[in-house]
Amino acid sequence: MSEITERSPQTVSPPGGQPARRNPLGSVFGLLARQREATVFVVAVVLLLYFGIRYNSTFVSQTNLANLLSETAAPIIIIAIGEVFLLICGEIDLSAGFVFTFAPFLMHYLIDFYGVPVVAAIILSLLFGVVVGWVNGFLTVTMGLPSFITTLGTGFILLGLTLTTSHAYPANVPASSVGIGRWIGAAPWSQFIWAIVLTAIFYVVLTRTKWGLHTIATGGNALGSREAGIKTGRIKYGNFMLTSTLGALVGLQNAFYVNTIDPSAGGYQPMFYAVTAAVIGGTAMLGGQGTILGAFLGGIVLATLINGLNVAGISANPLDIVFGLAILLSMIANVRLARLRAAGRN
Amino acid sequence: MTTEPVPGEAQPATTADPSGDALRVEHISKRFGAVTALHDVNLHLGQGEVLGLLGDNGAGKSTLIKIICGFQPPSAGRIILEGQEVTLKSVDHARSLGIDTVFQDLALINELTVYHNMFLNRERTRWTLLSNRSMRRTAQKELDRIGVDIPSVDSEVAKLSGGQRQAIAVARAVTSNAKVLLLDEPLAAMGAKEGAMILELVKDLKSQGQVSIIMIMHNYGQALEVCDRINLLQHGEITFDKLAKDTSVQELNDIVIEEYRRALAERQRSA
Repeated sequence: MSEITERSPQTVSPPGGQPARRNPLGSVFGLLARQREATVFVVAVVLLLYFGIRYNSTFVSQTNLANLLSETAAPIIIIAIGEVFLLICGEIDLSAGFVFTFAPFLMHYLIDFYGVPVVAAIILSLLFGVVVGWVNGFLTVTMGLPSFITTLGTGFILLGLTLTTSHAYPANVPASSVGIGRWIGAAPWSQFIWAIVLTAIFYVVLTRTKWGLHTIATGGNALGSREAGIKTGRIKYGNFMLTSTLGALVGLQNAFYVNTIDPSAGGYQPMFYAVTAAVIGGTAMLGGQGTILGAFLGGIVLATLINGLNVAGISANPLDIVFGLAILLSMIANVRLARLRAAGRN
Repeated sequence: MTTEPVPGEAQPATTADPSGDALRVEHISKRFGAVTALHDVNLHLGQGEVLGLLGDNGAGKSTLIKIICGFQPPSAGRIILEGQEVTLKSVDHARSLGIDTVFQDLALINELTVYHNMFLNRERTRWTLLSNRSMRRTAQKELDRIGVDIPSVDSEVAKLSGGQRQAIAVARAVTSNAKVLLLDEPLAAMGAKEGAMILELVKDLKSQGQVSIIMIMHNYGQALEVCDRINLLQHGEITFDKLAKDTSVQELNDIVIEEYRRALAERQRSA
C-alpha cells in the first residue's frame, strides 16, 4: 500500500538485489495488486468509458463534463482530502458539511452587514473553518471525546447557527464579491481546477513531507509515535483544521457557483460522499493508511455515477444502494488486503 | 565469554566524570502514594559496558527504566550522565541528551518503511520535502555497519519478523547517537534464533564501544552470555552487583529461589 514506498525513486538497489528485468504484463499486475488506488482507477475509467460511449453526445458535452467534474466531483474531492488525513490519523469529521453551509453566510454577513472588504470577508470565512477545526481538535484531543461525537455536536451547532442567523432563508451572493467569485467557484471549471491543484498539493504533503509521515505514524501507532517524540495531538489538531477549512472553501465555491447562499446546501451529504470517496479510494478507517489520489478517483467515480444515471434518465433512487454496496465492497477489500499483508509478514 | 569492562578502554576518557561512568543513578527512590516502588537505588554503568538488570516481576525494573528514560521523575535522587547531573523532563528530553530507550512495544510504525522508521521524527528534509534517497542510503549503511540483516530498507515494518523489528528499533536508537541505551526485555517472546540475532547485535555494539547499554532481562543464561555485569533488583533495591564472569546461573537461581522460599513462608505464616 504505502505510497511512500512505491513512489520513491528506486535509485539504490538493495545489496544483492536482482537487476531489473521484469515481465511488463507482470509488473502491471504487480502494480494493481500493490497500489491501493488501482481498483478505483479502473472503476473510474470503466464508468467514464461506459457513459461516454453509451450516451456520447449528452455525456461528453462540455457543459455536462463541467457539471460532473466541477459541481459534483470537486466538492466531494476537496472535502475528502481533509477526511483522508483525519481517517489516517484515526479520526473523522462529520461537521465539515456544516462549515460548508455556514461559511458563505458568514461572508455575506461580513460584507453586507459589517462592511468588511470582499477579500477580507472571504479570508475571514476561511479562517472560521480554521477555528471550527481547532474546536474539533480541542474537544477530541484535549478533552478526549471521540471525534465522531465531537463533530456530531459541532455540526449541529453550526447548522443551528446557520438557520438562526439566516432565519432559514437563502441570501444573495453579495454583488461586490461576484468578480472574485469567478476564481473561487463560479467559472465553469474553476472548482475542478481547485480540486486538481489541492489534490496535487496534499498528495505531496501526505507522501513527501514530515507532516504526512507523522500523520501516518499517529494513526499507525499513536503510543509509538509519542515515544518517538511526535506530537500526535498537534497532528490531529492540524488535520481537523485542514478539513474544516476545506469545508469552508467548498461552501464558498458552491455559493458562487449556484449564485445563491442556501441554508440547505452542504450538510451531511457532501461529507458522507467525501468519506465514501475516501473509503472506495482505498483509505481504510483503521488508521495509518490512506491515499489522496484514491480519494480523488473515488470522488470521480461517485460523481460519474450521480451524473451518468441522471444523463441516462435512470431514476436516482437506487443510486444510494449502489453507493452503499460500493462502500461495503471496498471496505471488505481493504480489510482482506490488510489481513493478507499481515499473513505475508513472515 | 564475557569481557571485563575496563573503564575508559573502549573509548578515550572524554568525560568529566572521574569514574568514567556513562551513567550513574544515585539514591533514587520512587513512591506512588503509600507504595514505595524503589528505595535508594544506586546503579552505575561504565563507558561501553553492558549491564544486565534482572529481577522478579514487580521488583521495580520497569519503574527504574521509566525514570532513567525520562518518562517519570523520581521522588528523590540524582541521575548523572557523563559526570553531569541531569533532570530529565521527558523521554524526548532524555533522548536529546543521549539516553535512548527501546520499549517492549518497540514504537515502530508498521505502515512505514524500515528507513522511515529509523528516521522517525528525525527525518531529513530538503525544502520541506523528505530526502528519501538520503535517508534510505544512510539507513542501509547503518544497518550494514551494525550487522542487521533485513530483506530491504524499503520493506514495510509490518512484514518483518519479531527479531528483525527489535533489531530495527535498536538500530534506530544507536543511529540517533545514543550514549546510553535502555533495552526493555529485548528478548521477550522471541525464539532462540531470533534471540541469538539480538544477542549478536548487542555484542557487536559492545565491541564497537560507542554505546553503553542497560538491558532488562529474564533469562539468566542469556544475560551472562552478553552482559559485562549483572544487577539484581529485589523489592525496589539493588541487592546484587557482580561482574558476569564472577557469577553463574546457579548463583542467580539460588538467590531467586531463596526469595520464593521467603515469600512462601510469609504466606504460610499469614494464613
